[in-house]
Amino acid sequence: MKSEDEKKEAPRAKARPSKRPVTKKEEVPLEPSPKQPVLDQYVTLIKGAVGEQAVSESHINREAGHLPTIVIRKEDWLATARYLKRSDELSFDYLQSLAGVDYASYFEVVYVLLSMSTLQKVMIKVKAEREEASVPSVSDVWAAANWNEREIFDLFGIEFTDHPHLKRILLPDNWVGYPLRKDYEPLDKEV
Amino acid sequence: MEMNLEGVTPFEEEELKRNVLTTNLDQIKAWTRSNSMWPLSFGLACCAIEMMSTGGAHYDFDRFGVIFRASPRQADVMIVAGTVTKKMAPLLRRLYDQMPEPKWVIAMGSCATAGGPYVKSYAVVKGVDQVVPVDVYIPGCPPNPAALIYGVIKLQEKIKYEAKHGKRVFHT
Amino acid sequence: MLRTEEMLLNVGPQHPSTHGVLRLVVKIDGERIVEVEPVIGYLHRGTEKLAEDLNYTQIIPYTDRMDYLSAMTNNYALVHAVEKMMGLEIPERADYLRVIVMELNRIASHLVWMGTYLLDIGAMSPFLYAFRDREQILSLFNELCGARLTYNYMRVGGVKWDAPPGWIEKADAFVDYLLPQMDEYHGLITGNEIFVRRTKGIGIVSQELAIQYALSGANLRVSGSDWDLRKKEPYSLYDRFQFDVPVGKNGDLYDKYLCRMQEIVESLKIVKQAIDQFPEKGTIMGKVPRVLRVPEGEIYTGIESPRGELGCHIVSKGKDKPWRLKFRRPSFYNLQILPTLLVGESISNLVAILGGIDIVLGEVDC
Repeated sequence: MKSEDEKKEAPRAKARPSKRPVTKKEEVPLEPSPKQPVLDQYVTLIKGAVGEQAVSESHINREAGHLPTIVIRKEDWLATARYLKRSDELSFDYLQSLAGVDYASYFEVVYVLLSMSTLQKVMIKVKAEREEASVPSVSDVWAAANWNEREIFDLFGIEFTDHPHLKRILLPDNWVGYPLRKDYEPLDKEV
Repeated sequence: MEMNLEGVTPFEEEELKRNVLTTNLDQIKAWTRSNSMWPLSFGLACCAIEMMSTGGAHYDFDRFGVIFRASPRQADVMIVAGTVTKKMAPLLRRLYDQMPEPKWVIAMGSCATAGGPYVKSYAVVKGVDQVVPVDVYIPGCPPNPAALIYGVIKLQEKIKYEAKHGKRVFHT
Repeated sequence: MLRTEEMLLNVGPQHPSTHGVLRLVVKIDGERIVEVEPVIGYLHRGTEKLAEDLNYTQIIPYTDRMDYLSAMTNNYALVHAVEKMMGLEIPERADYLRVIVMELNRIASHLVWMGTYLLDIGAMSPFLYAFRDREQILSLFNELCGARLTYNYMRVGGVKWDAPPGWIEKADAFVDYLLPQMDEYHGLITGNEIFVRRTKGIGIVSQELAIQYALSGANLRVSGSDWDLRKKEPYSLYDRFQFDVPVGKNGDLYDKYLCRMQEIVESLKIVKQAIDQFPEKGTIMGKVPRVLRVPEGEIYTGIESPRGELGCHIVSKGKDKPWRLKFRRPSFYNLQILPTLLVGESISNLVAILGGIDIVLGEVDC
């Protein structure tokens, strides 16, 4: 497989750029991913059900085994989530992972969804701005999201609107600051 | 110590010498205490599993008179086995206060001793000695059951030594 | 009708049956549980934040301390994600060693669960039996990598230590020892009237509920789903071995116990096959650059730990340190269902249901 070889080549070239001049390779257009039609189908379905504006970006994550990745607009996320779970074609009923990421200029909440019946996976990203970050809560769609959203609220300070019980989960209630933010300064200086 | 041996037959005197042992009350108290140390089963993290293994069939903690108690009010020793976080520290102090005197603390593992691998973490107390006074530190991550047994024996020695000499042991 | 009053009962964080530092605030009406609120975080150590300042090899010891009952699978979750992202080849011998230690660790973990669970619901001796047998696995690991609990055994691209001479034979002898030993456990526990009465028909999880709460591991399989990542998304060498996935029928605690006991047998089968196929010679470390720089990108990989799906989510910016490292900890997901399961139950079933979930607090709080 051609694309497989290229994947292996790329990190090696990146690994030691200083030791020897890397022979600049021509950017060969990658073979279309085998998952591309699947991604296109998801995007069309979501756009049809929720609205044209819902999907702001979509691509295939090649490193993660050709995982279809869709970036959803924050305002449309709850409606999209309901659709993803309830529609018969998609039926993403299992929330595999929920992570918050701080990209220094904005936050991202990453959902990995799985359909138990079709074994299809999709990665959904919802972006939130750093100031007064908020994302709609999906804890009534997937019950598993409940504690995860509390954890992200606790460590990143992202507000999940309409969450039934949004309070700190891991840290004490009187904690100041959000530790997993990149600009977090711990209060005790002895570290 | 001299005894009044008037009216005692030589046979009886021989028997007395073999069976009667004189000591003072402090030492006898220390002897009994050190041989029935009941720790509070205060498992926090990984070290708790090694503490459980020590209580299991292979290492058999009961040999040393160490029997785990679930309530702080019945315990003499607190084995702090694991990472103490800032959320846990006030509760640890409260449990320590609930234990009746005399009481001792063993800091098991490097987390309880000084923060261990989590010393740079925002959520971890850097050593349980910031919260309660510690008698014995056991290094290791986690310490081997044999190391825990060694620590317990060290504490027994300490209790006996303090009773014998009437002074506190700080550094040995 | 007797007049009853609601009462607030605090369980933990120092309680012998909460398996660590879990606190439950339970509202009870007489003997019935009305509401439960788990309070977690008493062991939150900030592993994810620490990982952002460490390079990938330095993170491996921290994964040991997350789920300390199965450190090998935790090691693997991280190195697997990094290897997949870098597209590394793993030598076959290292891969076999990984499978053997992971499955032995699964057995050790289930033995601890079995021992402590029986202790929770009132039987002392299974604990002693389980720890006796677990001790043998720990001795094997001790010989292999010099640690009993926190192994730090796997590296990106292979494993740290090769099997010492005679180790494989010892592991083989252990499999032959434990397989008939399982009958002893069944004779001791499975038919016991008290045990059956305390577990049968209690804490039932329906499949729909289990999926809704994203349960994994035996907690999900007990409800009738045959979800096992070793079968569904085979990683490492798991597609080379013959094994079954035990599935429960009723979704109650008794089935959970049977499932886990059967998983021990299946793991023994895998170890046996891996030992039979074990390559005589070979390296244990693949070709790995000296400084591990993971290419820019994002990955999520899940593996089957004894407790369920252990996922590793890495966001890399092409540096030798992760930009963000997130673990999907199965215990954290599995514990979430506890309030739902407990409402309406008798207070005496609290410990039985909580123990059945098989949580490790180090993993819940991370």
